[in-house]
Amino acid sequence: MYEDLQRALKKPIHQRHWGMVIDTRKCVGCNACTIACKAENKLPPGVVYNVVIDEEFGTYPNVARRFISRPCLQCQNPPCVRVCPVRATYKRADGIVVVDYDDCIGCRYCISACPYGARSFDFGTFYTAGQTPEVAPWDVMPSFEYGEEVQREPGNPWRSPIGNARKCHFCIHRLEKGMLPACVTTCIGQARIFGDLNDPESLVAQMAASPRAIRLKEELGTEPSVYYLL
Amino acid sequence: MGKRALVIAIAGGILLAIGLPGLINRLTQGMLNVGWSTPIPWAMWLAFYIYFIGLSAGAFLISSLVYVFGMKRFERIGRLALFIALVSLLTALLFVWLDLGHMERFFFVFLHPGITSPLAWIVWLYTLYLILLTAEIWFVMRPSFVHGAEGRGGKARLYRLLTFGVRDLSPRAMERDRKVVWVLATIGIPLAIAFHGGTGAVFAVTIARAYWYSGLFPIMFLVSALASGGALLTTVVAFIVPNGLGEYQEEVIGLGRLLALLLFVDFLMEIAEILVSLYGTVPAHFIPIYEQLFGPNWWIFWILGMGMGLVGPMLILTFPGRKSAFWTGVAALIATIGFIGIRWNIVLPGFAAEELPGIGRAFMEPHWVYRFYSPTWVEWGVTFFCIGIGALILALGLWLLPLRAEEARA
Repeated sequence: MYEDLQRALKKPIHQRHWGMVIDTRKCVGCNACTIACKAENKLPPGVVYNVVIDEEFGTYPNVARRFISRPCLQCQNPPCVRVCPVRATYKRADGIVVVDYDDCIGCRYCISACPYGARSFDFGTFYTAGQTPEVAPWDVMPSFEYGEEVQREPGNPWRSPIGNARKCHFCIHRLEKGMLPACVTTCIGQARIFGDLNDPESLVAQMAASPRAIRLKEELGTEPSVYYLL
Repeated sequence: MGKRALVIAIAGGILLAIGLPGLINRLTQGMLNVGWSTPIPWAMWLAFYIYFIGLSAGAFLISSLVYVFGMKRFERIGRLALFIALVSLLTALLFVWLDLGHMERFFFVFLHPGITSPLAWIVWLYTLYLILLTAEIWFVMRPSFVHGAEGRGGKARLYRLLTFGVRDLSPRAMERDRKVVWVLATIGIPLAIAFHGGTGAVFAVTIARAYWYSGLFPIMFLVSALASGGALLTTVVAFIVPNGLGEYQEEVIGLGRLLALLLFVDFLMEIAEILVSLYGTVPAHFIPIYEQLFGPNWWIFWILGMGMGLVGPMLILTFPGRKSAFWTGVAALIATIGFIGIRWNIVLPGFAAEELPGIGRAFMEPHWVYRFYSPTWVEWGVTFFCIGIGALILALGLWLLPLRAEEARA
């Protein structure tokens, strides 16, 4: 995957199409991806980029479980982008749907419009604000989303990204330094495969072509860039 | 000021005072203390926003009966209808403005609009509508301003200012005014249909929420706007205008007949939406309807929406209201309040079904709460504050503006 990534980075941006394949047979539901994402992007309480859905079927003792881990699916026809009244959210040339924190007015239309529940609103919460005498230093550390220093400020709702819609961006800041997204690196079962879907040599493109591959809610025409192997 | 306008002003002042702490919290803490969450991103404020926008569109379209179609029957309440449209519009815009995560950036929608977003379209349309409505009100009231400007005292001084120096009352000038009003009111009809149908479209185009994703939605918005706007206008004429029941008996009963018809059409559409979704048991369609009818907030549907908003007023209007202005007024008042329930049940059930089955249990964090929503004191506070402001503007208008055509001649 690292070689695939380096190869993709040598191409011009509009020739890349970042995508992911998640092998549900390899997922054990450990939530390492969720935690890695929270840590990498310094996500406050209630802001969730990645979830692992735990589904149970049948009645005891005949029970089966299934895990669907879900980042943002980076749709190629994203319903969230179409409805943004101020063009604060848009699809990049490499297929990643991003939010410009300085343009977002916080109307939350995109959150309503996402069929996958992949967007969060930043309410301005902190893990330690109001819970401990002082806000812990780790709680106000900046994240490096979009390659910028994103600093949240306790008690200041006027400062972005507080009051904005936020979402998974495939760790663009890592990608552009030649690193895989945090959730991919951390996956204990290597259930997540990442790379350039436009590169037929890449692992991700080959796995996406597998007859086991499906995409969520394909009938909505959103064209997600994330595939699931059943 | 009439006694009733004073009552409205006092009520508005009290609401404003009760709501002030909530508003202050909203402005200083942002959205930290609201009850809505990421899975339920639009809640009470949005419901009240579409409620008031509907009142505005409805009252405006009813005023066009006078100013476009020249219906003499309602001529005396034309100005009142226009002014109610303005007050409701301002209240609605206040709600939606306070609902933004970054209120200070609202003008971005003019600087760099997303041309594919229905939300951007309607903001532009609201702006046009606000300008048009203000201009129409001015042209309609100008003769009264000129007449009123002659006296002494504060009101005359205000009217002198409001004439903007245009004092010409010759038949030619009056004829020109009449034509301008006709043109404005005529442009206003497609505009009102567009902005309120567009408000419905904001919801209807959302493929993620099967409950909203229906071509019937924008049409339902328009019908219920007419019904609720008509109900508010009838209530104001019957109970707030001094001696409304006596002096405006004809108008009230006439509006009541219109209201009964509109309520019936709205009722049919509601039933159609509900039955179709209940019959097919597709979860995304079925869950929102089932939650409305039998969920913890069943009373919002059965008592507030269906009972007070539609069926109750329809029955009152058909039986005692057919000949009695008082009962028509009562029916209109009940419907005006009941429509809050209908609006609530447009917004909130949209989020009743999980986007992906099981996602609600995937995570446990504040502001990430599926299915459960209950407004907090901050939300109530802001709501009271906005309604209080609306009531105060209404009272101010009743006090200062020549809302009754015959006031000009007196």
